[in-house]
Parts: sequence; structure tokens; C-alpha cells
Amino acid sequence: MGEPMKTMEEIQKEIVEDFSFFEEWMDKYEEIIEFGKSLKGLPEELKTEENLVRGCQSNVWVVSEMNNGLLHFEADSDAIITKGIVGLLLRIFSGQRPIDIATEELYALDEIGLQAHLSPNRANGLNAMVNKIKLMALAHRAKEEAEG
Amino acid sequence: MIKTASDIRSSFPILRREVNGKPLVYFDNAASSQKPIQVINAIDNYYRNHHANIHRGVHALSQEATMMYEDARLAVAEFINAESASEIIFTRGATEGINLVAQTLGRQILNEGDEILVTFMEHHSNLVPWQMIAQEKGAVIKAVEVTEDGQLDQESFKNLLSKRTKIFAVGHVSNTLGTINPVKEMAHAAHQVGAYVVIDGAQSTPHLKVDVQNIDADFYAASGHKMYGPTGIGFLYGKKNLLNTIPPYHGGGEMISRVSIEKSTYAELPFKFEGGTPNMAGAIGLHAAIDFIRETDIQHISDVEERLENKLTNALKNIEGIRLIGTAPEKAGVVSFLVDGVSAYDVGVILDQLGIAVRTGHHCTEPLMDRYGIRGTIRASFAVYNTEEEVEIMVNALNRALKMLS
Ligand SMILES: Cc1ncc(COP(=O)(O)O)c(C=O)c1O
Repeated sequence: MGEPMKTMEEIQKEIVEDFSFFEEWMDKYEEIIEFGKSLKGLPEELKTEENLVRGCQSNVWVVSEMNNGLLHFEADSDAIITKGIVGLLLRIFSGQRPIDIATEELYALDEIGLQAHLSPNRANGLNAMVNKIKLMALAHRAKEEAEG
Repeated sequence: MIKTASDIRSSFPILRREVNGKPLVYFDNAASSQKPIQVINAIDNYYRNHHANIHRGVHALSQEATMMYEDARLAVAEFINAESASEIIFTRGATEGINLVAQTLGRQILNEGDEILVTFMEHHSNLVPWQMIAQEKGAVIKAVEVTEDGQLDQESFKNLLSKRTKIFAVGHVSNTLGTINPVKEMAHAAHQVGAYVVIDGAQSTPHLKVDVQNIDADFYAASGHKMYGPTGIGFLYGKKNLLNTIPPYHGGGEMISRVSIEKSTYAELPFKFEGGTPNMAGAIGLHAAIDFIRETDIQHISDVEERLENKLTNALKNIEGIRLIGTAPEKAGVVSFLVDGVSAYDVGVILDQLGIAVRTGHHCTEPLMDRYGIRGTIRASFAVYNTEEEVEIMVNALNRALKMLS
């Protein structure tokens, strides 16, 4: 059984701290955009209907893989800001135990003021993304239990 | 008396506010326009001084409210040059007007294999209601093609029009492209094959002089909130003889003349189509919006908007990687575009941070997006209160956004 490198709580704290240096929204977005650009994303063959999270305006795809008891996610989006925000979500949730992922309360995005800056239908897309991550975690958890 | 630009602007209280610390630049008028103080005051005055239920009370307030509501109907009739006020039915908006026609006329005349002709540039509101009744009746939907520059393909129209065409439903102005369609000529051709012509005027009424008799529209639907009026009110024009022959839509109070347990006889036009207590405050607000448009002068409105549209279009042509969607010669106040390699959504988010409201996405015209092989556009749409300075602010903001995103 693998151990996560950091707890999700620790990572959320780190993110909030990283963003506390930016006073201007522009700088925050620069950071998100740069982060989005630096993510490698997904190969075309994984951008399938099945892996798609339905947000209203931009497509997000997410895939998961179990490795040594830890659930890893990779994701992509056709909008760079969305991709950056999704990247933050993965920084929190990827490489954790399914049971922890399913129960972790997400507050970091709110705290860094991103929620407020996202249009309502986008916020829904984000919620859908978080829900999908949690559902994937639950599914893996159920599978683990079934396999004993 | 011609109003100055600053007279016009100062009539809109919301334009004084800031968004994200920046003065608001509101370029999402095709989705919904802002409201002048005259409209806000009319609604306020109605509720403060005149409100009561209409048409049935003998008391003074009821009579005043009835008079104001019926005056509003008259104002709408004059605004679109209907023959009489009884041809104007108040609705919640264009969507309800089109559904009304689909569920009444459609239900009455459609048979299996009949065709409803729409176009590839229709708003979902002028498509889905037809799909619903078509499915119920076994009718078939056909759609007129759109040319690369965003006009209705007249060849395609001629080819699709036939004796089987029972209804031709078309938007007067495209909300995504801004194209002004030649509805008069198309209505004439559709009438030649015996089809009824239903026009979606949601995007024309804010920008152009509409004359339903000149167009020879059988039905014409519009929304108050896109033409400086309140939300929740719109109107449907129908030719009197047609409104008399189609069945009513919503059953209820106000729309009957005599009711027994077994059956009812329906009221005269237009009340036959206005079951239930209507949106009086909305109609009265719409009246004030029509007065605002008349006093501002519709020609002046479209001149201002055309200048802004040209200015933005020319500025965009100087930005690398911009693709304009919709470049028809006759347009009304809309500029839709995309930037190579940049998602429309990202641009919208950054522009919002800079206080600029534009619309990004498919604009409820997915078949049109499919036609261009795109998922959405960035759309700036203008109203009479917008200025050239605002266009400059948007162009600068766009350059800044593109620098961040590329
Ligand atoms: C061309 C067109 N038709 C119909 C509608 C629907 O109008 P409403 O939502 O006010 O009923 C719109 C509004 O977006 C539109 O742009």
C-alpha cells in the first residue's frame, strides 16, 4: 500500500499560501494560465465522450488510474484557464487514497477567490469536475472492498 | 428633438456601476439590453399608484390598470404597424410566442409528412418548439443552409420550399451573426407554396423599424427585455383571421366568454390567447420602452450601432489570428469572432475581469456552430447607449487577454 506524499489538507494550505502573494486578480490569472500551459494534458485518444465532464462552456476530460492503493488523475481542457484550475484540483486530489478523496472537503479554490471570479455556469462545471473525481474515488473504493 | 449620446447614456442607471473595479462596458445586449429610467419608473409608478387586476373590476384602480395595459397593446401594434391592437397577444417573450404558434397553428394544420422549414441559423427557441410539434404530428423539419459569410442561402431556400412546406419559421435577425434576413422576399415565396410564415423578431425589434404588414408576416414574435423593456413580457403578432381560426393555447380565466361545466366559449381576440392574469407591469414597462425607442429614433439607434459594429470589426481585422463569424453586408449590431488557438471561454473570463461583458459560447444556436465547425464564438452586441470609447476599451482588453493566453 502506497502512502500519499502529503495530505490533501496540507496541499490545500499550500495552494492558499501560494496564492496569498498575489494581490491583483491579473497576477492570479497569470499564474493559473501558466500552470494550465505547463500541464501535459491528455492524448487525443483519451478525450472521449466517456471521459468528458460536461461543463457548459469548455470541455474537461478526466481519467484515473489506481496504483499501489492510490488513485491518480490526469485531465485536460480546451480552455487554458479551466485547465489551470483543473490542474489545481488534481494537485489536491491526485495520488491520494480513494476513501480520503471521497470525503475531503474542498475549500482552497474558494479561499483564493477563484470561485467568485468564475461565471456561474463555469462554477457548475467545476462542481461537476469535483463530483466526477469523488465518484471515481467511490467507485474504486467499492471495487477495493469487493475484492477484499 | 435628437437626444445626445450623454442624454441617452444617463438614462440608464446601471451604466454608472463598476464591475471588478472597472467601469462597466456592457456588450451583451443581444442576450438582454439594460433598462432606461423611463421603464423603471413606469413599472414603479404602476405598482405605486395604479395596480389592480384588470378587465373585471368596476372599481377605479381596475379600470386604470386595464386602460394602461390596453394602451401598451396599442403601442406595440403601432410599433410594428399591425392593423389593429387585437392582433397583439402579450406573452412572456419570443419563446412563448413561438411555442404558442407551434401548439395552436401547428396542432391544427400539420399532418404526417408535412414539412416545417426552418434555417440553420435559428435560435433554439425557433427550432425546438417546431421539433416538438413535428414529432407529435409526424411532420418533418427541413433547414435552409447558411452561406460562409452568414446569409441564408437563397438557392437552398428555393430548393427546400415545396407544396409539402406548411410552415416557414425564420429569424428576422440572427442573434449569433447579426445578419438581417430578407424576410419580406422569403415570406412572399413561402406564401406562394401556401405555407404560413412565422418570424422570430427577438433580435430585430431592438434595432430596426419593423412593419409586419409590409413583410406580410403571418406571425411575428418578440421579447421586451431585448428592446429596453422588462423581462417576462413579450408579444406575438398574428393576422386577425388566423388568430380567429386557430385554437386557444392556455385555458383559464380571462380567455373565455361563457363557461359551464361541460364547455366554454372563448373570448374575442386577443383575450382568447391570454388565459390567466397577465403581466400588467411588464406590458406597461414595455410601453415605456417603446416610447424610449420612438423618442430616441430607431434610425438613430441603428446608425449608432452600425458605427460601433464597423469600428470593432475593423479593429479586429488588425489583430492576428482573428476569425470573424458572420460578415453579411446587412447586419444589426453584432460582432462574433474567434481567435486561433485560444478558447472563447478564456477570453470571456479575462474580459470580465476588465469590466467588459461579452457573451461566449454557442448562443443557443448549436446547428449554426456545427455549420461552421466551431464550438462557440465571442460575441459583442451593441445597444444605443454604447460608445466608441467602449469599443476602444474592449479592443485594448482583448489585446491584453490574448497576450496572457497565447
Ligand atoms: C433570435 C432569438 N430568438 C429567440 C430568443 C428567445 O428569446 P426569449 O428568451 O426572450 O424568449 C432569443 C434570445 O436569446 C433570440 O436571440
